[in-house]
Amino acid sequence: MIFLTRRATFSASHYYWNPAWPAEKNEQVFGRCANRNGHGHNYTLEVTVAGEPDPVTGFVVDLKWLKEAIERQVLAAYDHRHLNLETPEFGEGKLIPTTENIAISAWKRLEPAIAAAGGARLSRVRVYETPEIFAEYRGEA
Amino acid sequence: MKAYFGRRYMLSASHRLHSEELSAEENRAAYGKCNNPHGHGHNYVVEVLAGGAVDAQTGMVVNLAALDEAVRVRAIDRFDHTNLNHDPLFVNRAPTTENLCRAVFGLLKDALPAGELESVRVEETENNFFECFGE
Repeated sequence: MIFLTRRATFSASHYYWNPAWPAEKNEQVFGRCANRNGHGHNYTLEVTVAGEPDPVTGFVVDLKWLKEAIERQVLAAYDHRHLNLETPEFGEGKLIPTTENIAISAWKRLEPAIAAAGGARLSRVRVYETPEIFAEYRGEA
Repeated sequence: MKAYFGRRYMLSASHRLHSEELSAEENRAAYGKCNNPHGHGHNYVVEVLAGGAVDAQTGMVVNLAALDEAVRVRAIDRFDHTNLNHDPLFVNRAPTTENLCRAVFGLLKDALPAGELESVRVEETENNFFECFGE
C-alpha cells in the first residue's frame, strides 16, 4: 500500500459564531475569531490517497486527475470565498467553519469523486490554517 | 465525528549526548559531534496532535487557547531555554530527540483540556524528526 499526497492552497475568510449562544459566550469561547466582520487565512490542503501502484502506469492515482478533482470539488467552493456566507455547509446555523470542520467538509466533497474513480481510496485530509495550526480527518465516525 | 487537531510549538534548548555506560571512545563513536563536552543547541519544533470528537457546539476537537496553555505549562516552559541534560527526566537517559519526544508525550498524555493525545512529533532540525504514538 502506498500513500500519495497532493497539496493545494486556498485563501478564504471566516468567523466563528454559534447562533444558539448569546454574544458574550461567543466572544468568550471564540475570542477574536468571533468578530463577525470575519478574518482570513491562506489555507493549505493536503489530500492523501492510499492504494497499490497500477501495474501498467506505476501510479496510485493520476496526479493531474487528483489535482483537478481537488480544484473542482474543494477549491472552486472555498478559494477566495467567505466560508460563512458563500459555502452551504458553513451557512448560519450550520457547521462553524473551524479547521476541524473544514477538514471534514473537504473530505465529504472529495470522497465520492475519488471512490467513483476506482482504485485509490481517500485516506486523510489535512488542513493547515497557518503553518502552526492544522486539523485532519481520516474518515472516522 | 472524530477528527484531529494539530499545533506546532517551538522551543530552544541545549544538550549533550553522552551515556555513562559507554567509555569516552565509545561515546565519541556513538554520538560524534553531539558528544562535545560543552553541548550544543537546537530550535526544536514540537508538534502535538490531539484526536477526539468534534464538539457540535464549538466545531472544535479542543480549544486552541486551552491547548496552548496546557502544552506551555507542561512541556514548553519546562524545556525552553534550558540545558536538557539538567532536567530530572534526563539524568540517567541521554537527551536524544527520541527520548525528548517520548518525554513530551508522557508529560502531555493526561494533560490535554479535551480529546486524547494521538501523537507527538519533535523536529530537531529541518532534516530530522521523531514521532511518538505512546507505544
